Amino acid sequence: MPPIPGSGLAKGLAVTLRTMTKRTVTAQYPDVQPELPPRTRGVIGLFEENCTVCMLCARECPDWCIYIDSHKETVPPAAPGGRERSRNVLDRFAIDFALCMYCGICIEVCPFDALFWSPEFEYAETDIHELTHERDKLRDWMWTVPEPPALDPGSEEPKEFAAARKTADKLRAAEEAEARQAAEARQAAEDQAAEGRAAEGRGADEDRGTEGRPGPGSDRGGQA
Amino acid sequence: MNDVLDVALRLLIVFVVFLVAPLVVGQTEHKVMAHMQGRLGPMYAGGFHGWAQLVADGVKFAQKEDIVPAAADRRVFQLAPAVALLPYLLVLVVIPVGPGDGAVGQVVDAGIFFVLAVMGIGVLGSLMAGWASANKYSLLGGLRSAAQLLAYELPMLLAAASVAMAAGTVSLTGILDAFEWWWLPWQIIGALVFFVAGLAELQRPPFDMPVADSEIIFGAYTEYTGLRFALFLLSEYAGIVVLCGLTTVLFLGGWHGPFGADGLGWVWTLLKAAVLAFVVIWLRVTYPRLREDQLQKLAWTTLIPLALAQIALTGIVKVAIN
Repeated sequence: MPPIPGSGLAKGLAVTLRTMTKRTVTAQYPDVQPELPPRTRGVIGLFEENCTVCMLCARECPDWCIYIDSHKETVPPAAPGGRERSRNVLDRFAIDFALCMYCGICIEVCPFDALFWSPEFEYAETDIHELTHERDKLRDWMWTVPEPPALDPGSEEPKEFAAARKTADKLRAAEEAEARQAAEARQAAEDQAAEGRAAEGRGADEDRGTEGRPGPGSDRGGQA
Repeated sequence: MNDVLDVALRLLIVFVVFLVAPLVVGQTEHKVMAHMQGRLGPMYAGGFHGWAQLVADGVKFAQKEDIVPAAADRRVFQLAPAVALLPYLLVLVVIPVGPGDGAVGQVVDAGIFFVLAVMGIGVLGSLMAGWASANKYSLLGGLRSAAQLLAYELPMLLAAASVAMAAGTVSLTGILDAFEWWWLPWQIIGALVFFVAGLAELQRPPFDMPVADSEIIFGAYTEYTGLRFALFLLSEYAGIVVLCGLTTVLFLGGWHGPFGADGLGWVWTLLKAAVLAFVVIWLRVTYPRLREDQLQKLAWTTLIPLALAQIALTGIVKVAIN
């Protein structure tokens, strides 16, 4: 059936009228903050404690926008007679966001999880030189990094969980051993007291202290 | 003394309506157009949903430099906005809003004749602007305005003549007094022709070929800036008010309504005119601009035959009734 002449005109009017009754799509940005998806690439935040100054990020950066300065410090040996350890101390960590192309390679290559994407995006400056942001600013952005999205149901457990559980198991085992020891000690003391009451006079409080308590596991859990 | 006061009051009211109504239409257009396009439109000026946007625009226009091109015909160039705007003010004086002499600025016996003649002058403003600007785009725009005026004045006149025939008078109040509800279906073709031709005469989209910005910048108004440009814009919106008012009075029965015709007649007039103004905006949002040849074709091959058919129908029915 051929279309009725002028039906196209009516259809056009219907489209605009229908659009008028729908909600607008305008984002009222400065008044209302946008809801950004969790993996938004806004800016790069630095978690300094995890940085070992390995320079991988600076070397992998395609446009060389990461500046890192560091110096070496020696730490006294852990055990007496041991060798002095040396460790890198971060002096400067800066990213020039005038050059950064938000490829995220630095974040991908960081082996110690010191760099993160933050959804923060309001860091415009009036001078291009001020777009080189130093470590304090990068650290501030770290606090706006959202929690990582939840894993899919049925997915493999992350390594961190296994490590943390191992530590927790060790801790619990140690606590149980301690409790058992304490219970044994109390039992022994009671026995002795009973004996003492029976013997009348011979009494010596032998309070066996708990020692050799195994410390918490040395596995690096959590962030590592 | 009392007469003077009466005249002054009437003129003052008409003048205030002339200044306020186009701004209301303009603001409605801002908002309606925005929402039809999924936007919000102005939201800041004045605080509440940008109600003062056009006031802010007016302030901006007033601050701008008044420029007259070196090669322009100074006098004509400066006079053109007034010529474009004032006819609509004059037309507004004779449009009856409610029943009786109290609700019209001035009763003119040759109402339709006066209204159509004066409205035709408005287009003269764009012609003057186009010619005096010494700019090829302005000239092209002006000539397109002239061609459009020639093409669309005829169907408009014929459609209005049909109503005059039906009522047996050319007085606007007389037409309203003679109005019966069944004129609505009887004159519907004439109403459509009148409305479409009026849109074209106002150079409103989709008939805005004379100001087609993608081809000739802004047509006859290319060289204008500041307050004079604002006057041209104002004349466009005043034109919408006048066209909607006229269509209401001629074809939709003006202050006649299903109820409340005694005290609230003017509400009916305003309501009908407002709905028509909404349709004007709606058409602008919906349809793309007609090409120049399509524009002429629509007038000469569609609207004029339709208007003539309407006149024939009016004549037949009129004779049959008598």
